[in-house]
Amino acid sequence: MTRFAWIAGLALIAVPVAAAPVAAQTVPAPAPAADQQAAPAPGQAPPALEVSVTGGVSAPMPIAIPAMPTNAVISTPAGTTDDLGRKLSEIITSDLKGSGLFQPLSPAQLRSVIFPEVTAPAFDYWNGTGAQALVQGFIRANGDGSLTVGCYLYDVFSKIELARQGFVVPPADWRRAGHKCADMVYTRLTGEGPYFDSRIVYVSETGPKAKRIKRLAIMDQDGANHRFLTNGQSIVLTPRFAPNQQSIVYMSYVNDRPAIYVYDIGSGRQRLVVQNENLTFAPRFSPDGRYILFSMAVGGNTDIYRVAATGGAAQRLTTSPGIDTGGSYSPDGSKIVFESDRSGGQQLYVMNADGSNQRRISHGGGRYATPEWSPRGDLIAFTKLAGDFKIAVMTPSGDNERILTNGWQDEQPTWSPNGRVLMFFRSSGGGNGRADLWSVDLTGVNVRRVPTVLDGSDPAWGPLRP
Amino acid sequence: MAKLTTSLLIGTALFTAACAKKPPAVIPPPPGQSVVDPNAGQPSIAPGSRADFERSVTSNTVNFALDSFSLDDRARAILDSQAQWLTRYPNVPVSLEGHCDERGTREYNLALGDRRALAAKNYLAARGVAPGRISTISYGKERPIALGSDEASWAQNRRAVTIVLN
Repeated sequence: MTRFAWIAGLALIAVPVAAAPVAAQTVPAPAPAADQQAAPAPGQAPPALEVSVTGGVSAPMPIAIPAMPTNAVISTPAGTTDDLGRKLSEIITSDLKGSGLFQPLSPAQLRSVIFPEVTAPAFDYWNGTGAQALVQGFIRANGDGSLTVGCYLYDVFSKIELARQGFVVPPADWRRAGHKCADMVYTRLTGEGPYFDSRIVYVSETGPKAKRIKRLAIMDQDGANHRFLTNGQSIVLTPRFAPNQQSIVYMSYVNDRPAIYVYDIGSGRQRLVVQNENLTFAPRFSPDGRYILFSMAVGGNTDIYRVAATGGAAQRLTTSPGIDTGGSYSPDGSKIVFESDRSGGQQLYVMNADGSNQRRISHGGGRYATPEWSPRGDLIAFTKLAGDFKIAVMTPSGDNERILTNGWQDEQPTWSPNGRVLMFFRSSGGGNGRADLWSVDLTGVNVRRVPTVLDGSDPAWGPLRP
Repeated sequence: MAKLTTSLLIGTALFTAACAKKPPAVIPPPPGQSVVDPNAGQPSIAPGSRADFERSVTSNTVNFALDSFSLDDRARAILDSQAQWLTRYPNVPVSLEGHCDERGTREYNLALGDRRALAAKNYLAARGVAPGRISTISYGKERPIALGSDEASWAQNRRAVTIVLN
């Protein structure tokens, strides 16, 4: 997954973040029809088109996303280019609709777009559909086997281009070009950061409740490219991506010895992190990837420790009698939020990364568990236990607590890379009880089931892919 | 894993038999499960074996109150019977499994299950069983034996189970 490159957009320059661009080629817009539609000058007055993200109030923005044409129908390992062009528009449609902030036009309202039209939209037609924004693009197979996908966003009413980007991908990564295009549209129109081009690691579940088979699994944020990483012989729990996404830390009962392992995605190899007779669990990477936070139970007292990601001696961070667990770093790595029952029941505490200055931040009724610091730093998500389990958020100082979900047992929130969406797992009760992955917008709306191959629990949302 | 599961099932069967409130009607065991019957008096049960332990003690399982790892009188009586047997066979190692009901979060329950296993281990040690013979493992809420989402099921799932390792 290293061969993915941003290429310079033409009008709107995308800052190249990829470490190793495949080819620093400039991708021209598809041969435009005779006269080039007025390209937006960077200094132009900002258009008024934007989506309200304060939530709840405004209706989703109507947006048109017609199938992407190709300059030539060519067979690739991922399919023919015309077929991929259709599917790319479906991916963008699904991503934007899934955010809850957009209402894509139905296929019947869309018209077929020919290649030269990509940069010269039929604004009058689109205006008649009620769409406020228009996403057009093209796909082209390159001589070296790669694919180029162009992505253009237009303001239908003002008849101007708002953004464009081009992506060169190997055929195996063609879906990522769709997610990147959707991220461009979402970012430009909402002002929020991108999140569609990201992955989920989670625990795939199957089998009877008393003997669940649990396997580590990885998939794209939308459920595509699903892959099992472990075979289910041992229970696996609570995976988390390393910040560089090259490895996953998790807990497993290999040989009936519950312990913390790191799974290397490239090689498929697993490595024991903490060699210890005691129960070790709840592993988390630090934001710089150098450390792994974990919990260890010694003589009935569980505390939070820190160990170098490469292994070695662990440093103890908490000492209070009771169960201290579930740590999560602030994005800058300076603080850790964790749960502790030192006051009698589970509550949330914040401490400095070295364990100093521990202070309780949760004060409402019920118990508080599984805190996760938002990648934006502004909020902490957690599981609120008051009979049922709910997903909720509060500020790092413990203010403005808000309950977001209303299931029987909604547990263990994980943040989208832009800090706007939370994924969690929802369990149902009884002998046939199962668990599935769900997501909810930060405003508490748009509660959606995340598609998985089997049942699922313990989701962890990875960072945006480079 | 397979071995452990077998023992868990045997333990479960025994627990159910031992703890039923009403005297169980004598029901012939279903075909193929006669080996589990603890009352059959099979002459093949070797002294000091897991089967011997499970037919000799009051129960291999003690239960706990919600979010608690305290041993009540009944739990202590059960552990007394286990300690007696373990004193008789001083070379037999055991594993104590701690479990929780589904009403706690996953990671907290791992720590709570560990506390339950440890509470039982410490009691046995206080009754003269060498602590070095007793290993502990917490399964949190991963391995319930009663599948309902009701108080009766939850009460059964909050448990520490003593497994003879041989």
